[in-house]
Amino acid sequence: MKATDKSCCTEAYEAFGLKLSQNQLVVALAGNPNTGKSTVFNALTGLKQHTGNWPGKTVLRAEGTFVHRNKKILLVDLPGTYSLLATSADEQVARDFLVLGRPHAVIVVADATCLERNLNLVLQVMEITAKVVVCVNLMDEAARRSIKVDIEVLSRELGVPCIPTVARDGKGLTELKDAVLDVATGVTATSPRQVSYEPHVEQAAARIESRIRPYLPGWVNHRWLALRLLEGDMSIIKAIIDHLGNGSEQLLLQEGSAVWAR
Amino acid sequence: MGTLNSTLSSLLSSINQEISAKEQQKIRDSIVSSIYSCAEEIARKAAHHQTDRKFELDQKIDNIVTSRVFGIPIMLALLGVILWLTITGANYPSQLLANSLFWLEGQFTNFFMMVGAPDWLHGVLVLGMYRGLAWVVSVMLPPMAIFFPLFTLLEDLGYLPRVAFNLDRYFKKACAHGKQALTMCMGFGCNAAGVISCRIIESPRERLIAVLTNVFVPCNGRFPILISLSMIFIGGLGATASSTAAAAVVVLLVLLGVVVTLLMSWLLSKTVLKGEPSFFTLELPPYRKPQVGRILIRSLLDRTIFVLMRAIVVAAPAGAITWILANTYIGDLSIIAHLAGWLDPFAVLLGLDGIILMAFILGLPANEIVLPIMIMSYLSAGAMLELDSLTALRTLLVDNGWTWLTALSTMLFSLLHFPCGTTLLTIYKETKSLKWTAFAALMPLGTAILVTFAIAQFAVLLGLV
Repeated sequence: MKATDKSCCTEAYEAFGLKLSQNQLVVALAGNPNTGKSTVFNALTGLKQHTGNWPGKTVLRAEGTFVHRNKKILLVDLPGTYSLLATSADEQVARDFLVLGRPHAVIVVADATCLERNLNLVLQVMEITAKVVVCVNLMDEAARRSIKVDIEVLSRELGVPCIPTVARDGKGLTELKDAVLDVATGVTATSPRQVSYEPHVEQAAARIESRIRPYLPGWVNHRWLALRLLEGDMSIIKAIIDHLGNGSEQLLLQEGSAVWAR
Repeated sequence: MGTLNSTLSSLLSSINQEISAKEQQKIRDSIVSSIYSCAEEIARKAAHHQTDRKFELDQKIDNIVTSRVFGIPIMLALLGVILWLTITGANYPSQLLANSLFWLEGQFTNFFMMVGAPDWLHGVLVLGMYRGLAWVVSVMLPPMAIFFPLFTLLEDLGYLPRVAFNLDRYFKKACAHGKQALTMCMGFGCNAAGVISCRIIESPRERLIAVLTNVFVPCNGRFPILISLSMIFIGGLGATASSTAAAAVVVLLVLLGVVVTLLMSWLLSKTVLKGEPSFFTLELPPYRKPQVGRILIRSLLDRTIFVLMRAIVVAAPAGAITWILANTYIGDLSIIAHLAGWLDPFAVLLGLDGIILMAFILGLPANEIVLPIMIMSYLSAGAMLELDSLTALRTLLVDNGWTWLTALSTMLFSLLHFPCGTTLLTIYKETKSLKWTAFAALMPLGTAILVTFAIAQFAVLLGLV
């Protein structure tokens, strides 16, 4: 699916208990625990924060707003997770919001001192949405441990903008905001690196993808969903069906019929 | 609209059924490993380690201390070394403290006689209160002053997360959460703190299992009982070989505590708390150079003095009350003798005696005072022999019918019995359920009774005692 199909609408956010004002862009903040994600969140939103729970979950949610280049942005802090395999409530919340909340952009905060582990999450997020900006945080800590992160190589390899930051000292945040806005508004086109799976997995996924395509709205990444079906993860399937069933039916009608019409 | 949704959901569930659960698991593993190798490849291109020696050293150490082969033996060996140092090192200062404190008792007695104070006043203050305090200090202080700093040293080095890492797979086999290894380690400090730390486990089922089984690892309040009894009884005081035996016994007891934790977690998850284990990523923090000065102060103030003060605060009045109880007669028996006599028939079945069981019951507010109450009861109930050393304490216990089995049963009972009042209160606060709190008290009590009963009967049957 093309990124343009992923445009969002107010109803999608209401299911997550989010109220959106006009022309506001929604940006999700994901990342492993202990990467300074909260520091990034605080540095971006300052005092304009609001905390609560995710609907029906005991998982804490923080959201905040900031204005950059005259654009209002709602930043939603997702729970810190190592993956999106949805084995815990935290992972489920993060994954559901990325899939069903359809944010205009996603910032994935990565720890520069242990990039490899953090990239697992980046790759998984990029399977769901192309509109990703990687915030490579704790650059000072990495330098202290004599780890050199080549941001240019990283951006090229991942196919999305990567911004080096030291959130604690406020370094790199303006660049981060620029990149996020450009990705969210479509100024920057991304081409996220896709993980290539073993041939038998790829083939099976392609077969399932073609079977489910006619019945799904365009904004769900079909390849990603096919992979989840292959590994028998019914929790996301259930979440999507629930989501389609409550309040967003109209959405499905429009987009679903649009797909059928092809 | 509804039809489209139901078409979709039936299509999806039929696709789901086409693939077997085993196949799904294999695909999932393959997907995860593809993601990991992709991440590894990108990280290798984009991040360069400029020979971080410290990091490499950490990894080399971790490869050994968390290896499948050496991980657990190293863990047990470390615990053994700490306990050996404690037991060997505590002997001499214990003797010294006992000698000087009981010399002081003699001076007090002389003073009371000189001013012609009544016998009962001398009894309550000197034989009751002071003697109780003197025993608590001389038996418990030296082992604690050595054990706690050494244990804190390991904590400060960053070793405990490695312990959790080593134990993780056993907890998973017990259908419990891997993080329970961490909450269990916390319990070694204090079970109440261990129970609170269970909040890190997200799944309610696994959290409850961790809360209920936390009591099976000995806390700060119970380590002194285990160490002192092992030192007095199994160590036989002095010789190096016997210190090793005493340390080995305590290591075995701790190991037993961990085994019981796993066994009970497994039993709970197979019966009242059924479910699948969830998994998590454990971060191993870098090793840190321990700050020796801070460790000494922190472990002395936070642990040694804290535990000792708790013991003293309760032991002083308990000493006085025990003396009064032991010297107030109903009929021709003292109140203590009545109480102990009433508990005795049951206690004997467990390899204990009435006084030991009474001490455990009276010790509900704090485990630290179990041993003092026991000593006080023996002292005041029996002949007033001159107690001026640890050897004399052993003699006192032996004179009151203690054998190695009594010592072992007491240690086992201490390890496995109900949690202290503070911990129970914490469990209530965490679970908000009287039912689970009662269960948290009765389940360990049942375990303690079962284990001590089995061992005592077995020993009697084989004629070992």
